Amino acid sequence: MKPSIRKATPQVSQNEGLIFEKSSPGKTAWKLPPLDVPEVNTSKLLGSSERKDLGNMPEVSEIEIIRHFTRMSTWNYAIDLGMYPLGSCTMKYNPRVNEVVARVEGIANGHPYQPEKISQGALQILKALSEILIEITGMDAITLQPAAGAHGEMTGLLMVRAYHQSQGNARKKILIPDSAHGTNPATAAMVSYTVENLKSDSRGMVDIAALEAQMNEDVAALMLTNPNTLGVFEQNIHKIADILHAKGGLLYMDGANMNALVGKVRPGDFGVDVMHLNLHKTFSTPHGGGGPGSGPVAVKKILEPFLPAPVVITKADGTLGFNYDRPQTVGRVRAFYGNFGMFVRALAYIQANGPDGLRQTTEDAVLNANYIRHGLEGTYDLPYSTPTMHEVVFSDKLQAKKGVKTMDIAKRLIDYGFHPYTTAFPLIVPGALMIEPTESESIEEMDLFIDAMKSIAQEVEENPQTVLDAPHSTRVSRLDETAAARKPVLRWKPQS
Amino acid sequence: MPYPTDRKYTKEHEWVQVNGPAATVGITDYAQNSLGDIVFVELPKVGAELTAGKTFGTVESVKAVSDLYSPASGTVTEINGDLATSPEKVNTDAHGSWMLKLTLKNAGELDGLLSAADYEKFVAEEAGK
Amino acid sequence: MRYLPKSPADREAMLKAIGLRSVDELFAPIPSEYRLARDLKIPRQMAESEIVDFFRQRSHENGEGYASFLGAGAYLHYRPVIIDSLISRGEFLTAYTPYQAEISQGTLQSIFEFQTMICELTGMEVANASMYDGSTAAAEAVMMAVRLTGRRSVIVARSLHPEYREVLATYATHQGMPVAIADFNDSGRLNLRDLEKSISAGTACVLIQSPNFFGTIEDVAAVAEIAHKNGALLVVSITEAVSLGIVEPPREADIIAMEAQSFGVPLGFGGPYCGVIATREKFVRQMPGRLVGQTTDKQGRRGFVLTLATREQHIRREKATSNICTNQALVALMVNIFMTVYGKVGLKELAKHNLAKAAYAANQLGKQGKILFNAAPRFNEFVLETTEDPRAINSRLLGHKIVGGLPLKKFYPELGNAALWCCTELTTRTAIDTAAGVVAESESSTQSSKEEVEEVAR
Repeated sequence: MKPSIRKATPQVSQNEGLIFEKSSPGKTAWKLPPLDVPEVNTSKLLGSSERKDLGNMPEVSEIEIIRHFTRMSTWNYAIDLGMYPLGSCTMKYNPRVNEVVARVEGIANGHPYQPEKISQGALQILKALSEILIEITGMDAITLQPAAGAHGEMTGLLMVRAYHQSQGNARKKILIPDSAHGTNPATAAMVSYTVENLKSDSRGMVDIAALEAQMNEDVAALMLTNPNTLGVFEQNIHKIADILHAKGGLLYMDGANMNALVGKVRPGDFGVDVMHLNLHKTFSTPHGGGGPGSGPVAVKKILEPFLPAPVVITKADGTLGFNYDRPQTVGRVRAFYGNFGMFVRALAYIQANGPDGLRQTTEDAVLNANYIRHGLEGTYDLPYSTPTMHEVVFSDKLQAKKGVKTMDIAKRLIDYGFHPYTTAFPLIVPGALMIEPTESESIEEMDLFIDAMKSIAQEVEENPQTVLDAPHSTRVSRLDETAAARKPVLRWKPQS
Repeated sequence: MPYPTDRKYTKEHEWVQVNGPAATVGITDYAQNSLGDIVFVELPKVGAELTAGKTFGTVESVKAVSDLYSPASGTVTEINGDLATSPEKVNTDAHGSWMLKLTLKNAGELDGLLSAADYEKFVAEEAGK
Repeated sequence: MRYLPKSPADREAMLKAIGLRSVDELFAPIPSEYRLARDLKIPRQMAESEIVDFFRQRSHENGEGYASFLGAGAYLHYRPVIIDSLISRGEFLTAYTPYQAEISQGTLQSIFEFQTMICELTGMEVANASMYDGSTAAAEAVMMAVRLTGRRSVIVARSLHPEYREVLATYATHQGMPVAIADFNDSGRLNLRDLEKSISAGTACVLIQSPNFFGTIEDVAAVAEIAHKNGALLVVSITEAVSLGIVEPPREADIIAMEAQSFGVPLGFGGPYCGVIATREKFVRQMPGRLVGQTTDKQGRRGFVLTLATREQHIRREKATSNICTNQALVALMVNIFMTVYGKVGLKELAKHNLAKAAYAANQLGKQGKILFNAAPRFNEFVLETTEDPRAINSRLLGHKIVGGLPLKKFYPELGNAALWCCTELTTRTAIDTAAGVVAESESSTQSSKEEVEEVAR
């Protein structure tokens, strides 16, 4: 019987418990300077509101904290280590200069309520980013307030509703393609619209006949992702926009897939009325393990009056300020002005690229996806033969014959040193493998990925159990999600 | 697998067992198999009015949620409290794990439902797709 | 372009492998009428040194080196340096959402620790992995209460942060949730008689903030009693997380919606921040946002996974508890490290320092004006009423590189020349004494010019 390892060992088998398991009274990692004002009698000041006990909060030293988090970090995969082929996530390089400029004192420590006179730096950043994003999207106005893509969707739909209300009929429905991301219908419901599903045609695009049949004066908008979640550009986008506009409806575009469009085409030019962007996708702000994001919403002129307040304006004396006098605003969607730290990073990314860099980025993103499609075609089933933009969707149809599903293949990919692609989405492709390399991948990395996927396909033929039992090389494997959901344990508790 | 003949079935994979004016409802073995490990069952309150063909609750696995459709109209008289603590019983014995009991509003509604044999045929076709 | 790992030869080779002559062919699906034939009209490409310089300039124009007495939902506290050392590790910074648990245990375990510590500090039984910020957390907590009770109306304290109330109004309008406002009394606390009058069998929840916008600690037990006896839930918003070190958490609350920015998240001109929802175990299935749960793997080893995902948008779609997809993982990690650094003893000492600084400031500034709401205890913020317009005072303070308290007239017109002042452990005695001196100048100074007042108007 192997002895339990208590000393930290390299990487994969790092044994690092919970911080509470290291805690003991008297250890400290903090020190405050001496008080330069008189001490206070807490009990006198707070009375019965005084807190006596901070329960099981930990007490540890600084080096233990450093080791704790450093060891845990080694259990994570990250862009800095290798490719994430996740579809519609656009896991591109997170430039480090972004992190440096976000930490410059006046920016990092700016209080949102400080006087405009000493906020010109922040206001300049808001203005510069806004103007650039308007140019990139081909729209007329923008709000940077929403905290993430889903939040942006909600803001966009609130403006759609406000617009229709101002036209005398709020309307009742939102059309959503069956290939859409889950946030789309969830958001529509939050804004009290009913969701009506729109079928895709045999090429994976919006079924124009279905759209024509379903479009009427009860439909407020169509929420479209373009290119769609199959990585396919809606070639009939002109017809789609016309059908909607003819009956007074609006075209909302989910900008998650902008990485295929920046510098090559502008949504505002092909009929989009309102759209959100994901700064944490297209514009390189870091995912950080799940956020923060930022979801600016760009609109055409007709929706400008409804933007969340305040908006940035140039005053008579040439300085910048906030205008709160916006009678038709949909209101605020969060306190303060938005995830400002992400604006700084996105602006730095755009500055590092310039117009040529952005266009080249888009071209490389699409080229990379096509390279991978070409490499894996034949090995994996390709349900739609329509041209691929920045992401490609395969299915596990061939491998399923051996009882191996997309999730199993994804887990085996981990053993080859990659993060899995997106499994089981979009819903219109059963057993989907959704792959988006982004422009940040070199030929070497992509060839390694292609080879890995081919190797796994061969394993499926020759020894499927290897794939079914994967991953084999990680610290933990096939965690029991059923138990976690049946009897949730959502916090540590001291042993009684 | 042979489906119990003492009850009727719906195309949404519920079963209903009639006992005079009352009925007992659950989901079939085929349903629990397609759902995978069940982690949670959401049931209506006692006294709720159900309508045939409309949803009365949901059953959750780790990765999916499925609506439960009522085979008949009526008033809920009892729900199976066991399922709140042990939802896995539906996996181990779907036909023995009842979900709710109701007093039937219109027993005639059940005439249109499938017999065990018809349900078996239906399931075989579904599986073949 | 230096972020792109391809040489021209690489691109050629790839095109050849695919069987294309030029990359333009890949963009053929875009109808030619829309394809851009020109460059984007954006600034030219910049060198890294130019980018750094650009933002340094912006920083100079953004109040560098000013002492500040601003709070109001965003607090300047000291950030231990190891926070940035650790979160800057690529494995944390550039990691994806932990859907693939096997290769995300670093993120998942740290979120589990975060959830635990938030529970310990708030006195609740479960906490989620973060929401966008305190304002949206409050709105989502209210919607959660609506789902739980099956009732639709909401009563909100006027002493809740004004912008939080605006956000709630935005969320509530389209959900058919009537929102009634309950006013505050002379002590700055929620007027309980007002509440009793407003509350009914249709009230889903009462939403208060404690310490509230004025810095005053609410009588949470009394509010809870009224709410609960009417079958409504109590939702408490906390905007100054540091208060939890010395102020009893609102244990009578059913849902707590917090802003954890004070715990190591930079002020950053308003975001990104870190909202959290904490509640009782029995409500967990109606809780929005990600949750991390402990489990075992096939060898019986302890591990962590995202759980109860069926509440979320990617599964429930239109029936989800919320549309939220992103959480604030990286800032939650900052919060996690901050809570770990200060810990059980440090958080209390930190809070005591805040209390002491604010008490001293209230004392000094109170000599130059009137401290409102003195009848109830408060934490690190207070309201000072002066004869002079606070905007004029602030204009003078700017000359000393000090940012004065937030004038309250625009939010609470009846409070006249009142301003909200905040002190943290970073506020120096010198700054307080200087500020008190400048406020005192109003007695001897001439009438401030109208332009000066407008310049700093907010």
